[in-house]
Amino acid sequence: MRQAFINTLTELAKKDTRIFLLTGDLGFSVLENFREKFPKRFFDMGVAEANMIGVAAGLALSGKIVFVYSIVPFLTMRCFEQIRNDLCYQNSNVKLVGIGGGLGYGAAGPTHHSLVDIAIMRALPNMTVICPGDPVETEIATKLSIFRQGPVYIRLGKSKEPKVHLKTPEFEIGKGITIKEGKDITLIATGNILYNAKQVADKLIENGVSTRLISIHTIKPIDKEIILKAAKETRAIFTIEEHSLIGGLGSAVAEVLAESNNKIFFRRIALPDSFCKDIGSQEYLREKNGLSVEQIINNILQIYKKIYKNEN
Amino acid sequence: MDYNKISNNIRKKILKIIFDSQASHIGSALSCVDILTVLYFKILNINPQSPLAENRDRFILSKGHAASALYATLAQRGFFPEEILDSYCLNGGKLPGHSTKGCVPGVEVSTGSLGHGLSMGAGMAIAAKHDNKNYKIFVLLSDGECDEGSVWETAMFASHHKLDNLIGIIDYNKFQAFGKTNDILNLEPLKEKWLSFGWQAQETDGHNFSQIEKTLNNVPFEKGKPSLIIAHTVKGKGISFMENKVEWHYKSPNKEQYNLALKELNQK
Repeated sequence: MRQAFINTLTELAKKDTRIFLLTGDLGFSVLENFREKFPKRFFDMGVAEANMIGVAAGLALSGKIVFVYSIVPFLTMRCFEQIRNDLCYQNSNVKLVGIGGGLGYGAAGPTHHSLVDIAIMRALPNMTVICPGDPVETEIATKLSIFRQGPVYIRLGKSKEPKVHLKTPEFEIGKGITIKEGKDITLIATGNILYNAKQVADKLIENGVSTRLISIHTIKPIDKEIILKAAKETRAIFTIEEHSLIGGLGSAVAEVLAESNNKIFFRRIALPDSFCKDIGSQEYLREKNGLSVEQIINNILQIYKKIYKNEN
Repeated sequence: MDYNKISNNIRKKILKIIFDSQASHIGSALSCVDILTVLYFKILNINPQSPLAENRDRFILSKGHAASALYATLAQRGFFPEEILDSYCLNGGKLPGHSTKGCVPGVEVSTGSLGHGLSMGAGMAIAAKHDNKNYKIFVLLSDGECDEGSVWETAMFASHHKLDNLIGIIDYNKFQAFGKTNDILNLEPLKEKWLSFGWQAQETDGHNFSQIEKTLNNVPFEKGKPSLIIAHTVKGKGISFMENKVEWHYKSPNKEQYNLALKELNQK
């Protein structure tokens, strides 16, 4: 996804000279091409994130569109108050691009995991939160973010994520994408686990469960309409995300459902409220936490059978 | 230009709005009035009729808790009608206790949490250089604010990128919220710190108008380096019973104190 991001941004920066790119000394083997092409609009800020956000705000207040690139925890947590005051309070035109969403930096350990970033970013007034699910969504989100006045948080995975969308989907910030239609259950997924959610959906369909799959790339503002439609037309909703159970996609969908009159069955599939201390790759850690494709399928099938029994 | 008269008027306004609202930070506001007076009436290339002019100099009050001083100065300079000042910190008013971008014309950024203004100023300085604009960016910091690590992140960044259009001014009144600045977390040797971070630095008496003006007229002190002015000031300056008293960081004057202070200012 990071490659899709930087390729897109490099193209955009050719035409739009307002675009600047700042990095907190990260992006080795990713950002070099941009640096070479636009040396006057590229700043390696050093390992100094608070200053990086402040400088981004100052540039934005001077009419620039500023992209800020780093690994998620350093980008969103180290300098959280700068984000709140300098970016959100002033509605500055700064786009935060976080790398390694969820367990993307698996073996690097909990300092590098990003399991609560959606929760804290979506709580901020004026902030838009986008978690693209594949390189195609990343490209479109990057393009559209420059037309959205104010701060945007774009939460990316890392590298080599497979494409979910084989054709360019209809993509609008704040609107989910229905990838598969279905009438038994709905899976709502976001971000870097979207590809796995698609595999889950495929398997469920093979098992005779008519499964709707929705990509909610924009967590804030959330697409209420697509959620309520699924609540009306299917019998259960499951959210799937690589983020803590607290405050992420699952919470955002739950908020919509709880305030509707719908009594649909609802479950969040996410990471527990704990530090992920096991050591291993992203795939390994997903499995340790019940987030492998197989585990999610079994989890959903078990619940589905119960619901089905009760209803019939 | 009668600096004394102007700054005395500004002090009276600060006293009134802080008394009316029973707000805090009068000592912090009074210590930087003379610096603001010289900036807004002599140094800054600004036009109250065109507060967002592209090539204006930018002023950032990084010590946002002294907002009353900025508002009073902007009103005195004609950026907005004086009546608006009366709503400072009051229900339904326009002027929050810490300066907020656009609350009235002339307020460039939102501050109030320390250690933010200099970074934003550096961003503006980068933009000006990139666009080949000649405007300068002046950032007023408090001494206690220099406790913040982000100030020193920017100090490194600004000299690395040779931002000689960026001017930091420290209102060195020697007090912060809970006591004397150098008892709480020693800043000294302050000038040497800035020099070693690659800035050019000068000290000045922050209440001597001709010295302030002369110092500000000399920026940048060195081509290719950001400038730092250490302005030695007195917390609570101009109202004798508030001078050098830490409690006036927070306390608001009562009626009797207000009258006493006003009498003193009226005699100047």
